[in-house]
Amino acid sequence: MTTPVHAPHAHDGGSVGRVMRLVMLALLPVTLWGFYLFGWPAIWLWLITVGSAMLFELVCLRVSGRGGPTILRDGSAALAGWLLALTLPPWSPWWIAVIGSFVAICIAKHAYGGLGQNPFNPAMVARVALLISFPLEMTQWVAPAPLFSGTGPDAIEALERLLFSSPIPDALTSATLLGHVKTEASRGVDLLASVPSFGAAAADGIGRHAGSIGETGSWLILAGGLFLISRRVIGWHVPVAVLAGLCVPAMLAHGLDPAHHLSARHHLFAGAAMLGAFFIATDLVTSPATVTGRLLYGLAIGFLSWVIRSFAGFPEGFAFAVLLMNACVPIIDRFTRPRIYGHGATDGRAA
Amino acid sequence: MSDYRKILRDGLWDNNMIAGQLLAMCPAMAVTASATNGLGMGLATTAVLVASNTLVSSVRHLVPSAVRIPIFIVLIASLVTLVDLSLNAWLHELYKVLGLFIALIVVNCGILGRAESFASKSKLAHSAVDGLAMGIGFTLMMVAIGAVREVLGSGTLFAQASLLLGPAFAFLELKLFDGGALLMVLPPGGFLVLGGLLAAKRALEAGRQRRGVVVAQSA
Repeated sequence: MTTPVHAPHAHDGGSVGRVMRLVMLALLPVTLWGFYLFGWPAIWLWLITVGSAMLFELVCLRVSGRGGPTILRDGSAALAGWLLALTLPPWSPWWIAVIGSFVAICIAKHAYGGLGQNPFNPAMVARVALLISFPLEMTQWVAPAPLFSGTGPDAIEALERLLFSSPIPDALTSATLLGHVKTEASRGVDLLASVPSFGAAAADGIGRHAGSIGETGSWLILAGGLFLISRRVIGWHVPVAVLAGLCVPAMLAHGLDPAHHLSARHHLFAGAAMLGAFFIATDLVTSPATVTGRLLYGLAIGFLSWVIRSFAGFPEGFAFAVLLMNACVPIIDRFTRPRIYGHGATDGRAA
Repeated sequence: MSDYRKILRDGLWDNNMIAGQLLAMCPAMAVTASATNGLGMGLATTAVLVASNTLVSSVRHLVPSAVRIPIFIVLIASLVTLVDLSLNAWLHELYKVLGLFIALIVVNCGILGRAESFASKSKLAHSAVDGLAMGIGFTLMMVAIGAVREVLGSGTLFAQASLLLGPAFAFLELKLFDGGALLMVLPPGGFLVLGGLLAAKRALEAGRQRRGVVVAQSA
């Protein structure tokens, strides 16, 4: 990128790579916490997802003739892989990670023209494609088996498990809270019974429960998100709107009918709400350009994920909500276009 | 003779109904979850296409141009009904799989497209050959899309082919692996595979053009 030289322009030295590095820095605490909680399988899975995402990026750039000395330097592929890794079940086999990276980088990003051209969030496209393609593997959650506690496999054992996709011992499998209450509801057990039976860990935001790394450690994700807002990498509009769009209907419904609707607290801390609000929905490429547009977009994502979680077949709907709203971004941008100075002030129409 | 050669080339590759004209998207997305279904639909469409091109071409001087579209549609619909009833009578097992889609051949814009853009302006023999070439090109693309989706989506190839072609073709039925990515069998898979095949076709043509340029320069 060339630095502007003429007078009123100033350049603060920012670049795509700098933004991506800040986002990675913000993701680091929750990722490390996830590594601790889920042990070696999660570490290998993260390495293989990020590694294969970078490899696919390299291949795509070379094939399309855009490779250069700064190839991969912007870190966008690594970040897409990283975000994808945070949404996968921590004990997934290697091919889930590799297929996910392929979908994210080659189909959702480069088929649309590469960095900055993709209408849909690559990590979410990959997650949804995996969830629809491999429903069994993508819903195999395990209870946390922290490092150094002796309950999980060691490094070598975890690597073998990853490469040969051996089945997870039943003693370790567990459901996420959202999945648990969905199954219980289908058996006719209402929330008043099924939420307490899951245990209190689901809603304390610390994350000692089954789920993907991005569904645990909500406080750490929140901290990372606030760091990004303070560094002005993301605006506050989208995260606040997403969380409001999720919490307000959740509170209303829970207040009216606590037996069939989860509380706002569970909606915030038990699923991917935090990761989605601060790291997924705020994606610079796939979110609207104006403040009004961002508020609308965020509210709709929050509301849609509440609707999907509460009424649809899937226990967690955040990825679907984000993709649906990604598709609406061009329309939102069109109807929230700011008035051009000197035009259309009196009659409200663009001149 | 070169007329026929051009017609064949058009139908099979250059102006292929799916890969060149991007017509007939409805069956190309809906029926291609497996190679066998694609083949069955392709063959049924080919039969209708040859007959409709022949009929349209033979009545082309009698049809007033203001009402040509309704007349073509009536002809095509009658032919499709014939195919529908024949399949139901003689290939009942296949009919149970494809039945829903056979009636939809009527609204296959590829068939009306050929009637309008080729058969209504061309000689009988040319039109019949065009119908055959277009039909075979369509069938090949349907089988190609179906094969890719079937292999990636369910790990098999030409499953139930014996139902369509008779027990002698049971050797076609392959089982490559267990499982597969469900997404490829679902609607998004159709779009992904079609996009991939179109890109491959264009890449092939671009490569051939480049080589052609090189040959021309060195000559």
